[in-house]
Amino acid sequence: MGLEEKIPSGFLLTTVEKLAGYMRKNSLWPATFGLACCAIEMMAVGSAAKYDIARFGSEVFRASPRQADLMIVAGRVSNKMAPVLRQIYDQMSAPKWVLAMGACASSGGMFNNYAIVQGVDHVVPVDIYLPGCPPRPEMLLDAIIKLQEQINDTKLGANRAQIIKEVELAAMNAKPTHEMKGLLA
Amino acid sequence: MTTFDPYAPSRETTEGKVFSVTGGDWDALVQDIGATKEERVVVNMGPQHPSTHGVLRLVLELEGETITEARAGIGYLHTGIEKNMEYRSWTQGTTFVTRMDYLGPLHNETAYCLAVEKLLGITNDIPERASVIRVMMMELNRISSHMVALGTGALELGAISPMFFAFRERETVLEIFEMITGLRMNMAYIRPGGVQQDLPEGALTKIRDSVKLMRKNFKENATLLIGNSIWMKRTQGIGYLDLAGCTTLGITGPVLRSTGLPWDLRKLQPYCGYENYNFDVVTADTCDVYGRFLIRMNELEQSLRIIEQCVDKLEKLEGAPVMVADKKIAWPAQLALGGDGLGNSLDHIRQIMGTSMESLIHHFKLVTEGFHVPAGQAYVAIESPRGELGASIVSDGGTKPYRVHFREPSFNNLQATAAMSEGGMVADIIGAVASIDPVMGGVDR
Amino acid sequence: MTDGMFGAKGTGDTSGYGGLVRQAVNFGSSERPYGSYFDEVADDLERAYPEFSEAIERVVVDRGELTLHVKREKLVEVAFILRDKLKFEMCMGVNGVHYPEQTGRELHAVYPLLSLTKNQRIRLEVSVPDGDAHIPSVVEVWAGNNWHERETFDMFGIIFDGHPGLTRILMPDDWEGHPQRKDYSLGGIAVEYKGATTPPPSERRSYK
Ligand code: SF4
Repeated sequence: MGLEEKIPSGFLLTTVEKLAGYMRKNSLWPATFGLACCAIEMMAVGSAAKYDIARFGSEVFRASPRQADLMIVAGRVSNKMAPVLRQIYDQMSAPKWVLAMGACASSGGMFNNYAIVQGVDHVVPVDIYLPGCPPRPEMLLDAIIKLQEQINDTKLGANRAQIIKEVELAAMNAKPTHEMKGLLA
Repeated sequence: MTTFDPYAPSRETTEGKVFSVTGGDWDALVQDIGATKEERVVVNMGPQHPSTHGVLRLVLELEGETITEARAGIGYLHTGIEKNMEYRSWTQGTTFVTRMDYLGPLHNETAYCLAVEKLLGITNDIPERASVIRVMMMELNRISSHMVALGTGALELGAISPMFFAFRERETVLEIFEMITGLRMNMAYIRPGGVQQDLPEGALTKIRDSVKLMRKNFKENATLLIGNSIWMKRTQGIGYLDLAGCTTLGITGPVLRSTGLPWDLRKLQPYCGYENYNFDVVTADTCDVYGRFLIRMNELEQSLRIIEQCVDKLEKLEGAPVMVADKKIAWPAQLALGGDGLGNSLDHIRQIMGTSMESLIHHFKLVTEGFHVPAGQAYVAIESPRGELGASIVSDGGTKPYRVHFREPSFNNLQATAAMSEGGMVADIIGAVASIDPVMGGVDR
Repeated sequence: MTDGMFGAKGTGDTSGYGGLVRQAVNFGSSERPYGSYFDEVADDLERAYPEFSEAIERVVVDRGELTLHVKREKLVEVAFILRDKLKFEMCMGVNGVHYPEQTGRELHAVYPLLSLTKNQRIRLEVSVPDGDAHIPSVVEVWAGNNWHERETFDMFGIIFDGHPGLTRILMPDDWEGHPQRKDYSLGGIAVEYKGATTPPPSERRSYK
C-alpha cells in the first residue's frame, strides 16, 4: 500500500496501524457506482437529511475512481457491465474496499438468468455483503459502520501478511458448504 | 511520436491515428495530437459517469466544444426480466415488472395488471376501492419519481441543494408507501385482480397530513430554481425538440407536453377511473429543458389534487373489497402481519388446516400453480411519469405469461438524445438527457 | 422437455386436475361488423389502399383491440398509408413473439400504432418463417422505431431490411444467440446449499 507497509513489526507498527486505521475508517470516500434500484437508496443515504452519511465521514461521493476508496456496487451487474466494473475497480488506488449492496450484487438476487452476473464476487473481491432488495438506507449505514470497524482493525505490513496467511489456511481447511448436510441451520 | 504512454496509447486505423485516453498525463497526448491535422475528438462518457443518469453511455464526436454527433449506448443494465417472467406465474409477474422502471414501480405494476385483467376479461369487475387505491398510489409515485428527476437533474447541472430538498420530499412519500405496502420501493403491491391488501389504519390521516406538508414544501422548493439565473441560462432554449420531432420519434410524456400538445393518457384514454377526477394537463410551449422542468414542477400540484380526491373517495368506501370476488383468481387469504412478518392471516390458516380440505387444495393450487389466463394478446398503455408505458402481453392459456414486452417510455425517449444535442455545446447534453429523465432499469429491462 | 425437480418428466403435472390443455393462440379472421371505431378504420384503409385484400391477410378483433395481419412485402406501403392518410402518426415500437409450433410463421413482429389526431389505437402484426426472418424496416416511416427494431433483432434475430444500422443494442456485441426466443434457454444456474440443490427456473417442475 504505502510506506507504512515497510515498517518492521513491533510496537511502532501497531501504533501506526491504529492511527492509519482510525484515519482511513473516518474518511471513506465512496465511488458513485449506482446501477439499478439499489442506487436510488444509496442516493437517499447521501442526500436525504434523514440518513446523512456525512455523519460517518463518507459524504464525498467521488465520480473518479482514482479518488475513491470504497466501491458500493448498488444494483445488478449484467454481463455487459461486468468488464466496466472490473476496470473501475482496477483504477481505484489501494487500499480499497468493495461493498456489495443488495441481493443482486451479492448473489444475482431474483434474476437467475442469462443476463446477470450471479454475484459481483465473480468479478471483484467483496469485503462486505448487504442483503435486501433494496436494503433500507439504515442498513447501508450499518454496513458502512461494520466495514469501518473492519478497517479500524486492519493490520499492516508483516502483521497483515501473517493474518492473510491464517485466513487462507482457515479457508482451506473449512468444510465446503455442499458437504454440510442436514438441517439448514 | 513520443515514447509509449500507458494512459493514452495510439493506434492507426482507417480513419487516421486514434488515441484512447483513460486518464493520466495529458501533456504527452496534447503534444501528439498537435502533430495531426484533424481536430475531431471522440469522447466516451459513461457507462459509469456521474451525470449520465445511470449506466448510460454517450459517445460524442466533438469539434471543439460543439457536438457533431451523439450516440447513446445502452444495455448495461439488461436484466432479462421479460424472459424471466415466462417462467413464473402471472401473479409473480408483478414482482418482476416492479423492478423494471424502478422509479415508477407502481406504474409498471398497474400497466401489467391491467393487461392481465384485460386478457382475463375482468376489467369491469375490479372493485372500485382497489381502483381508487391504485390511482392514489400511482399519483404518489409520480411525485416521488418527479422528485428524483428534478433533484438529479439539478445536481447534474451543478446545483446541489435542490437535490437535498427533493429527497426530503421523496422520503415523505416513501414513508407512506412503507406504511401501506411494507416496502419503500419495488413493492409488488398491485396484483392482477386488485391490490395486495387493504390500507392499514391511519393511512388516510397520514396521507392528508403529508399532502398539506408537501404542498407547502413544493412552493418553497420551486423558488430554489425558478428564476435562478444560472438555472435559466442552463435550461432555456436547450435540448429543443418540437412536435414534429416528437411524433416521428414516438416521444410521449413531459417531453411531448413541452411542445404544447396536452397529450395525457389519463385524460384521453382513461384507465382505473381517471375520468372521475378533476385535474389539469400541464403543458409548456417552449420545447426545451426549461419547459419540461416546469411541467414536472406543476404536475406535482395536479398529483396532490388527485390524491386528495382519492382520500375523499376512500373514506366513503371504507371496508369495501380490494380484490375481485372471483375466488379462482383472487389470492385466497387477506395478508396479515404476524410475529414473523407479513403472511397469510391466521384465521385463514386455521380454516384451511383445520376445517376445510377443499380450501386447502384450492389455496395450494392457486399459490403454487396460479390461475389460467385465456389465450390472446393485449396491449395496455398508461401514463407513467415518463410517458406512455405500454404492456403487451401474450398468453397461450397457461398459468404463466407466454411473452411479456414493455414499451418503455425511457427506452423510446432516449432516442431523442441525438436530435436534442447535436449542434449544441457539450455541456448542454447533460441537461438534455436529464430532461428526458431516462431510468436505465426501464431502458434496458 | 428436460427433467424437472424431483425427477418430474413431461409437464410435471401429477394432479390430473385443472384440464391443463394448451390452447392455440391462432385466432381466425373476425367477421364484420367489428364494432367500435374498427369498421371505420378498416373502411378508410380499404378506400385509401386498393390492394387491401391482397396485403391484409387477416383482420382480428379481440378484447377490444384491432389487429391487422399484414404481408411483409406490403408492410411499408401500408405503414405509409396508415401514417399519412389515416393519421396514425405514432408507432409505439415493435416487439417480437416466437411461436415455435406455428410452422412457416414462427416469428411475429407486433407494431402498436397510435393516432394523436383521432385518439385511436390499432395493431399491425407481421409473421415470417424462422428460416427466412426478414421484414422490411419501417424506420423511414416512423423514425422512432429505430431502437425498437434493433431490440427485436437482438432478442429474436428478426432482420429488418433497410434499417440504417441494425446492430445489437441490449446484449454485448459479441453475444451469441437471441435470448428471448423460445429455443434459447433462460440460462440460470443451479443453486446448492448444504447438500440440497435447487435447479434453475427453466428446469424446475412446472405446470403448463
Ligand atoms: S437487489 Fe433488488 S433493489 Fe437492488 S438492484 Fe437488485 S432488484 Fe433492485
